[in-house]
Amino acid sequence: MEQDPPRPTPREADEMRRRRRGRNIALFVVLIALAALFYAISIVKLTRSG
Amino acid sequence: MSNTTAPLAAADGGEQSSLRTAALPETDIRDWIALLKPRVMSLVVFTGLIGLLVAPGRLHPVLAFTAVLCIAVAAGACGAINMWYDRDIDAVMHRTRNRPIPAGRIEPGAALGYGVTLAVGSITVMYLAINLAAAVVLALSVAFYVFVYTMWLKRRTPQNIVIGGAAGAFPAVVGWAAVTGSVDLVPLILFAIVFFWTPPHFWSLALFANADYQRAGVPMLPVVAGAKETRRQIVLYTLLLLPLSLTTWWIGFSGPVYGVAAIVLGAGFLFSVLRVARDRQDAAGVSLTGDAPARASFRYSILYLFVLFAALAVDRLVG
Repeated sequence: MEQDPPRPTPREADEMRRRRRGRNIALFVVLIALAALFYAISIVKLTRSG
Repeated sequence: MSNTTAPLAAADGGEQSSLRTAALPETDIRDWIALLKPRVMSLVVFTGLIGLLVAPGRLHPVLAFTAVLCIAVAAGACGAINMWYDRDIDAVMHRTRNRPIPAGRIEPGAALGYGVTLAVGSITVMYLAINLAAAVVLALSVAFYVFVYTMWLKRRTPQNIVIGGAAGAFPAVVGWAAVTGSVDLVPLILFAIVFFWTPPHFWSLALFANADYQRAGVPMLPVVAGAKETRRQIVLYTLLLLPLSLTTWWIGFSGPVYGVAAIVLGAGFLFSVLRVARDRQDAAGVSLTGDAPARASFRYSILYLFVLFAALAVDRLVG
């Protein structure tokens, strides 16, 4: 029978939440930056071709 | 996402149960950044930017930024794939054993997926936003680094760095192609400069990291041919590099600012590698100074390339 892995201490759980939050924020920033970049590229391309 | 984090990725309601299954810490954002080898990336971005700045013609700033970003992301992708493939040897080398994969902070499969996604994404954006030539050269550089250098040469031949150096030489060509949509003589000269610069740069590192490479079984030149032969070849490649670095001046592409900079920097590089060659050593060629000249030469080689290429850009912009 498989044993459960050890339960994290409250401090470890807090640290995990902090890291997860850091990753989520970073991903959000990357997605917003990409959207802004693709928008800017589109404007430049459309302006030049027009 | 890494398997170490998967049990923790449950939605709000499942958080308590997911925490019960957590045995390993969540990965930190810094680990994902470390996978991209930011220090290597900075040199690649710089040479790519120089290729872009010295090329004839103009690129809209937004597109120029996009081109440099694609070069940076592709270089980072190569770093991640390299760390995935080399995780076994990274684990036994002092210099690399705390990297995210051997340290157990990121699952190998997650690193591979991350690298492949970034590589495909950066090449695709380069094609859609810039042009086909730049995307093709970028794809070639990624393929060369991953398949030719990392998977084929690195563990098989002491010439790994010589041929693999081509991978690091591509960005200047990509930058040029982004502006002109083609590749001609000057970017090939820039390619050759980085190509011939790589062996003295990397073998200086290999001299003082020799024990690490030996332990990992990587056939770097000092491991296979010894420190003496490595010092000889460092001088040889530097002697080849110096006249090559003057070529853009000889063909009239750059002016005296670059020419003087290339001569002064080249003299400094030659001086530093001659100190490596004349390092106090025992009969087997092992340094008695803790490879102090090799360490200094390694640092100087980075400065050399940065300042040489910066001088080329300044020369073109003011000339």
